[in-house]
Order: sequence, then C-alpha cells, then structure tokens
Amino acid sequence: MDCVRCKGVAISAAKLLWQSVGPLFTRGLPVTLEITVLLLLLGLALGTALALVQVYGRRPLRYVCVAYEQVFRGIPPLVTILIFWNGLSQSFHIFLPGVVAAALALGLRSAAYQSQIFRGAIQAVPPGQMMAARALGMGKLQAIRHVILPQAFRLAIPPWSNEYSGVVKDTAFACVIGGLIELTRLGMTSLTRLSMTHGIGSQLILPVLIIVGLFYLALTYGGNALLALLERRLRIPGFEMKGKVER
Amino acid sequence: MATGTGTSQSDVILRVEDLHKKYGKDEVLKGVSLELRRGETKVVIGPSGTGKSTLLRCINQLSVPDKGRVWLEDVEITHARTNINHARAQIGFVFQDFNLFAHLPALDNVALGLVKVKKMPKKEAVVRAREELARVGLAEKADSYPAELSGGQKQRVSIARALAMDPKLILFDEPTSALDPELIGEVLEVMIQLARGGMTMIVVSHEMGFARAVADRIIFMEGGVILEEGTPAELFTCPRCERTGQFLRKITELYGETSGR
Repeated sequence: MDCVRCKGVAISAAKLLWQSVGPLFTRGLPVTLEITVLLLLLGLALGTALALVQVYGRRPLRYVCVAYEQVFRGIPPLVTILIFWNGLSQSFHIFLPGVVAAALALGLRSAAYQSQIFRGAIQAVPPGQMMAARALGMGKLQAIRHVILPQAFRLAIPPWSNEYSGVVKDTAFACVIGGLIELTRLGMTSLTRLSMTHGIGSQLILPVLIIVGLFYLALTYGGNALLALLERRLRIPGFEMKGKVER
Repeated sequence: MATGTGTSQSDVILRVEDLHKKYGKDEVLKGVSLELRRGETKVVIGPSGTGKSTLLRCINQLSVPDKGRVWLEDVEITHARTNINHARAQIGFVFQDFNLFAHLPALDNVALGLVKVKKMPKKEAVVRAREELARVGLAEKADSYPAELSGGQKQRVSIARALAMDPKLILFDEPTSALDPELIGEVLEVMIQLARGGMTMIVVSHEMGFARAVADRIIFMEGGVILEEGTPAELFTCPRCERTGQFLRKITELYGETSGR
C-alpha cells in the first residue's frame, strides 16, 4: 500500500518537474539565445567601430567614444534594461519588442566593454604593419580592413570570451521585461507555481532553480568551447606565446 | 604642373627639393635636396640620427615634411591634391625590420598589394607573386608565414612585395641592419642584382662593400643635411671634406666590406 502511494508521489513529482523544466528547453533557451546573439552582434559591430575611432579617429570624436564608454560601463545592466523597456515606452511611447529592448540595452552596454577589448588588440598590432600597408599604396581603411583587423581579431578572442561569459548571464536581467519568457523568467514562474502546490511542489523549487543555473553554465561552457575551437582554427605561426617556461 | 622647378628632364624619376622635418624641437632634416635618374642607385650613409630614415619617409610621405617638395617624375607628391596612395603604389619601400604582414603567408604578402591596390584579379596576382618570390630565391617558401622565415628570407619576401608592384623606384631603409651577419649576404645579393638590372633605388645602408659595388653615387649625410655627394671612387679615395673621410674609415673598420665584388 505504501509503495503504491510512493509510486503516485514519484509520478506526480516527475510530472511537476517536467512541467517546470520542459519549457526551459522549448521556450526559455531559444529566447535567451536570441537575446545573446543579437546583443553580441550589436556589441561587436559598435565595439569595433568605437575602438577604431579611439585609435585612429580625430580628437573630438575620440572624446565622444570615451564619454560613451564611461556612461555605459557605469550603469547597472538592470537599469539600462528598465530604461529601454519601461522608460522609453512611458516617456516617448516607443514600444520596442521585449527581445529588441533587452538586446539593445545589453548590446549598447557590451559595445562599451568590447571597444576596450578591440582597442587593446588593435594597439597590440605593431605600428610597422600599418606603415607597410600604407607604403604599398593602401588607404587607411583598406589597411585597417586587410592588415590590422585580421590580426587584432585573433588577439581579441581570449578577452572576448570573457565578455561572452559575462553577457550570457546578464541576459537574466531581461526577466524584468513583461511578457519576455527567457530562462530566468521561466525559473521564476515555476517558483511561484511550485510554492503554491503544497508538499512535494515546494521540495522541487531548489532543483528547478539549479537546473536553470545549469542552463547558463552550459551556455557559457559551450560558447567558450566554440571560441577556443575558433582560436585554434585561426591560429597562425607567430601569434602564439613563444618560449614556454618549463618549470 | 610642367612649370618652373617642376619641369623634369625625361629621365629624372625623383626630385627632392629643400626638405625640412622637425620632431618636436629637434630638426631632423634641415634642407635636403637630391635628384634620382632612371636606373640610378644612390646609397645614403652617415652617422645614426642624422635623418637618413626620415629622408626616405618624407619622400613617400609616411612622414609629412614641414617644408620642401617631392616630385615623382612630373607629379608633385607633396601637393595636397595629389592622391598619395596612387603615388606610394609607385614607390617601393623596404623597411629595416621587414614589416611583413604577420597574418599572411609569403605568397599573400606579395599578392595583397596587387589585389587590393592595383585591383589585379586574384589568380593573376598569385601567378605574379610566385614569379617575384622565385626572383628572390624563395619560390619554395610561398606558403610559409613570416614567423617561420629567417630574417634574411623575410627581407627577401619584403623586396619581392615591393617589386611586384612594378615600382618606379625602391627606397631601402637600412635593409640589412636587423639581420644576423651571416644572413646579410643573401639580401645584398638580391639588391645587387636589382641595381645591375636597372632598378632605380635609394639605399640607406652602412654596407660599404655594397655601396662600392653598385652605387652610382654615395650621399653622405650628417646633422640633417647632405655634406657630400659623389661617386664611390670620389668619396673613397679623396674625400673633399674631412668628415666624410673620417666616417668612411670608421665604418669600414667596424663593418668591414661584407659583400660585393
């Protein structure tokens, strides 16, 4: 008799767990991925542009970039998201789709960080490379595109993987956007639902939250593995650290 | 622009007139003028810090001179309206520290300028790049990255890169100074062949053997001005100015006469 009850509880627990975890795969993960990819693309494009202006641009433009960075690196990600979601809609009646608001807020922020990564990488390319390109008759933009950036991007991959790991987790702040169902938001709704089912339900809160955490872990781990693969694929003699210290 | 001093005799490829250049308070060039004819090789010597490299950089405007003018045939390249990229494409430049594009194999280092500057189709550019690598004896190194080449090989690739552009002249900025002594010979050998083959060049170098072998004229610079200019025979045997003689004796003592027959 006890065993039948045990079985019943186990079945309903499994059912509850699946109800909480299943949507993480089908609804939460795609949305989190979408925000991540969009914000990284925006950050990559704008970050590269900001870095180039800082290294090669004229003085007033450089100051604009520095100001941009200071502002976006100085505001918490949660606040930038609230600005782009609640602030814009309330004050200017600009109603962005949730994913766009999140990607925009986090992407503009990431651009500020990425610009520092790329600025460092561009400045790490020896000045003789630009000189040789210009001496061949290339324009400045041609030299940047064909000589400087291919080298700088290779140098930027390791620090960029850091930024990737950071922004994947920042997407969790998008849970404050109404109607945007990403991983953390799903975790929170299961939390409310489970705490209302007495007994077995409340016991599942911790496991579900851990599973949500594991999703982020998988994303950062997987992404970093891909970046490491990319780094290896693009490896060129002369760009690795030489002269290993053996002991 | 065929007026006044801009008028060129048909075989004058480069005219430099009264170049001045300051870095901060330091006046590196204090009025340098020279002329280079088609097929001529001029070797510039002088103590370090006397503006030899600056002179070369001011010729192709990698450094912009404060004063003075430079003509490539009858185009004034110091003129604000001259397309500087177009002018540079016709002036080869070989750097002391090679400056090969570190992310490209030797072949692409030579082909890049052809494709991106001269807009040559990729296939054609690759064929031409192979020819130039063969010309400097590096056909089998086409796929090697710069980091995989010795200093002498790097410098030969960089000469091939300059040659591929069919330049009207090549400027060499101490092309052997960064090389181990045993690698200097292979680079000088290539340069001697070029000089004898009729290439027009200005070479900043301390290689007296090379200067003696192929220079049509030697220019002695000190303190930002040209102190003396003459054929090797004139400068080596009876220098009119005492300072040049002193320098030549010292340099020959230090470096010997490594190459040239």
